[in-house]
Amino acid sequence: MKRFLLFLPLLIAVVLGVVLFAGIGKDPTKLESALIGKPVPAFNLEDLNTPETQLNETLFKGKVQLLNVWGTWCPACRDEHDDLMWLAEEQGVSIVGLNYKDNRDDALVWLDRLGNPYSTSIYDPRGTLGFDLGVYGAPETFVIDEQGVVRYRHVGVVNEKIWQETLLPVINDIRENG
Amino acid sequence: MVRFALVAVLLLLAPMASAQVADVYNFETTQQEQRFQDLIAELRCPKCQNQNIADSNSPISKDMRAEVYRRMRAGESNDEIVDALVNRFGEFILYRPQVEKRTILLWATPAIAVLGGLLVVIGVIVRSRRQTDETPELTAEEKARVAKILAEDDQDNRA
Repeated sequence: MKRFLLFLPLLIAVVLGVVLFAGIGKDPTKLESALIGKPVPAFNLEDLNTPETQLNETLFKGKVQLLNVWGTWCPACRDEHDDLMWLAEEQGVSIVGLNYKDNRDDALVWLDRLGNPYSTSIYDPRGTLGFDLGVYGAPETFVIDEQGVVRYRHVGVVNEKIWQETLLPVINDIRENG
Repeated sequence: MVRFALVAVLLLLAPMASAQVADVYNFETTQQEQRFQDLIAELRCPKCQNQNIADSNSPISKDMRAEVYRRMRAGESNDEIVDALVNRFGEFILYRPQVEKRTILLWATPAIAVLGGLLVVIGVIVRSRRQTDETPELTAEEKARVAKILAEDDQDNRA
């Protein structure tokens, strides 16, 4: 018994070491979305390209799509844009854009100059849908299944590596297992 | 006169220095304002992480303060307001997470640490008691020897 007590501090140190080591490399700024497994919140917002068109959550019914939150004020969104173009054009991925807290004219100029990877663009100048989605910065990208349920959220830039290693497996899993 | 003017200027500036958050909300009573301040002090900014939304100037904190105010105005209770924000941003934003199966260890850690410390202290006390109990009295012969050694020592010192 006494022998065991002698090794107790070592045991505690090892357990603590394992727990702390598991946390190394995890980015603490990337939070799990509270919305995983829940439907996209109800909304009623204008289409970015055609202000007279009203969009709502039924936009996400019927096929697996990405929802990409962006704004012209966000430098990382500029980094990400070419990869989104690649995803839409080369990979045939359907991406819905959420133009977040932005100015319509700026956004349209941006899409005109850099190309438009979005099948539909939601215009959210006051960030109301963004708020309901729990968006706390841009860019953020959600994977949404055919039922309009949020399955995954990626905080930060999407690039080929993130697509191959993170988003595509999630989409394949939805397609295979529903 | 100059001194008086200086004091007056400083008094005018004092409220500016204490104002942390730029946006202005109107409250009918001071209790309401206190309730608002308490609520926003309890919620963590998801973007800046080590600030509450009362202190943070990030856009998301501003939105969250506005939402807290709007919901207070709509007559929601503190629990309803906090739940609405947790449903969007996750439990991360709570400085004091809810007590449930997943967080029970978190809540219990202080108690466990105090209990552990107490056990160690008790162990030390019990052991030292046992040792004093076990220390045998000196026999008469040993006492004589001690006295003799001490006496010799005394003589050496005097010499």
